[in-house]
Amino acid sequence: MAIHEPERIWWNPLSKDERLWVAVALIWMLVSFIFMPIYHIVGSQNPPSETYAVSAEQFDKLVKGMVEKYKVGEENGFPVVHPKPGEPVYLKASMWQWYPVVELEKGKEYKLHLSSMDINHGFSLQPINLNFQALPGYDYVLTITPTTSGVFHIVCNEYCGVGHHMMVGKMYVK
Amino acid sequence: MANFDFRTCSISGLKIDKASENLVRWNLIAAFATLAVGGLFALLVALTRWPSVHLLPLEFYYRFLTLHGIDALLAWIIFFEIALVHFTSAVLLGTRSYVPWLGWLAFALMLIGGGVINVIVLLGKADVMFTSYVPLKADPIYYLGVILFAVGALLGFIIFFINVILSKRDGGYKRSLPLGVFGLGAASIIAVLTLLHGAGIFVPTLLWSMNLIPNVDPSAYRLVFWGLGHSSQQINVCAMVSVWYMTSAFVVGGKPVNEKLSRTAFVLYILFINIASEHHLLVDPVLSTWHKIVNTSYMMHLAVLASMIHAFAIPASMEVALREQGYTRGLFEWVKKAPWSNPAFSGIAISILLFGFLGGITGVIFGTEQFNIIRHNTWAITGHFHGTVVAGTTIAFMGFTYLLIPYIFKRELIWKGFATIQPYLYGVGVAILSIGMMSAGAFGIPRRHYDVTFSGAPFSFTFDPAVDMFMSMMGVGAVLAVLGGVLYILIAFGSVIFGKEVQ
Ligand code: HEM
Ligand SMILES: [Cu+2]
Ligand SMILES: [Cu+2]
Repeated sequence: MAIHEPERIWWNPLSKDERLWVAVALIWMLVSFIFMPIYHIVGSQNPPSETYAVSAEQFDKLVKGMVEKYKVGEENGFPVVHPKPGEPVYLKASMWQWYPVVELEKGKEYKLHLSSMDINHGFSLQPINLNFQALPGYDYVLTITPTTSGVFHIVCNEYCGVGHHMMVGKMYVK
Repeated sequence: MANFDFRTCSISGLKIDKASENLVRWNLIAAFATLAVGGLFALLVALTRWPSVHLLPLEFYYRFLTLHGIDALLAWIIFFEIALVHFTSAVLLGTRSYVPWLGWLAFALMLIGGGVINVIVLLGKADVMFTSYVPLKADPIYYLGVILFAVGALLGFIIFFINVILSKRDGGYKRSLPLGVFGLGAASIIAVLTLLHGAGIFVPTLLWSMNLIPNVDPSAYRLVFWGLGHSSQQINVCAMVSVWYMTSAFVVGGKPVNEKLSRTAFVLYILFINIASEHHLLVDPVLSTWHKIVNTSYMMHLAVLASMIHAFAIPASMEVALREQGYTRGLFEWVKKAPWSNPAFSGIAISILLFGFLGGITGVIFGTEQFNIIRHNTWAITGHFHGTVVAGTTIAFMGFTYLLIPYIFKRELIWKGFATIQPYLYGVGVAILSIGMMSAGAFGIPRRHYDVTFSGAPFSFTFDPAVDMFMSMMGVGAVLAVLGGVLYILIAFGSVIFGKEVQ
């Protein structure tokens, strides 16, 4: 019993049922184990790992440069930018906003750079529900190709203080 | 040994010395109390996230959520586990506690640490969630409280090794530990490794909060923090599985069908789980893809294999025992005749079922890198771990309490009828809560979020209207679970104080 010392010899062979169960479980685990790397190679939606170290000032400068060059309008006090396809897109997280509003073109590939000016934030693109982490000091590069046009919102889903629930940004795909 | 004060429990036949009895008792009392506090915060937080109630003001929601995480996940679970350390390493072996003073030191540190954390958070100086990701900063006292608690827990788990080593000398066992003790041994090994990660990250963070070092890297913090935070979930799993085996033995006389298999499965936990912690970082910058894949695919599945083995071995042990008692008709007579009205038994049965189907399966899914993109930091994650650490570990511990009260406190349970329904009520509540959270999370509802209508935000966004239903479902489940929790607390404290003494 689990509450008593086992008999002298407990290193006994498994019974038929046990061997069958372990074999089935092991095969199942092996299948899930290879599934993830295989999907990483053949699938089209995987977490990227391209990262650069960047200071808040450097990243802020990159954002400003992009806004100056590609600003096409303004919305609720936020500049709306429409970067040329292929040009890097910078999205800045800070307490408590996503800056600026970006406009992308459907079917074109972009490099979307995420970084935070202060503490951790969570990039959560709605309503399609894609989630990535934005950390201060790091530039996280998502290579994306928008496949549907419309209006998207970026919700913050990493707790970032009392304004956390007001941290909503916007993205257009045209 | 003659000069130590042993008694023999009239129900279980366990030989219990006074010092171990007191250590188990007080750790359990602390566990009940912290669960009561954690549960109160759970109710308030849940009623805030139930859209039509939205109870708490902004700061209090985050403050109480921080404390719900601390009191439930840290305090309740670890106090109970330290009680299990003393129970398995002394009481089950029939030998004494060799270092009671260390047990009391550990207990005092945990109590002080937990108290300090609660006070500093309630004062509003540490609204940082239990994860306290840097550079979000809390008052240094907060990190100090965490360190005190963790050092206490570390000492508590070290006692396991001291007791077990010395017990052999006094004939507590001859060659091999009983399986229940072995499982707690696995838990204690993982605990020591885990708590060292804790020191590795909370000490620098404390120094940083006191401006003694300039910064702590946010990415390194997350990596080492989850070396603590996730691996400690494996302490919980080992302790829970041990409780499953022990309850099966105590209640139906179940015997592990193959000791080799069950023990190997515990070893798999020790070997592979620390590394699998990286599923918390699947959508983080910095770590390379193959690093993530090796850790979360290869390593994780070997730990899951271990759970699959226990999922077979424990019901099998019950089936064999019940069939030996004569319930042999058909395939399932033993299931029908199992002691379903004994809350210790129904507790672990519910725990096994919900841990596997709610917590386990969703864990394997959300831990896959592609699925993680569509679930990370949504409420689905909170739903998943209420399936593991609440519907699994907490319910198993609740069930085991109904055995420990007569064995250790020498009291009969009060309110036997309510005790019979308690695991069912709590289980159904948590299941509804967890499914509600997972469903809302599938629509993108974030965790730790005060207002999903985003009032005051520069841009307005409305989730799919279906989320309202799922968030309310969470609320209904929460109320049921809290009722079950209140029953548990009342029965536990009530029996300890007013229960009829066992002769
Ligand atoms: C009556 C039972 C319980 C109810 C109704 C409940 C409810 C909740 C709710 C509503 C949340 C908030 C999610 C959010 O707003 O993001 C939460 C978070 C959490 N719960 Fe529970 N819970 C219960 C029991 C427990 C227990 C027993 C544990 C631990 C063993 C636990 C561990 C946690 C943790 C770790 C969090 C996450 C806190 C965070 O995000 O920082 N819960 N719970
Ligand atoms: Cu934020
Ligand atoms: Cu936030």
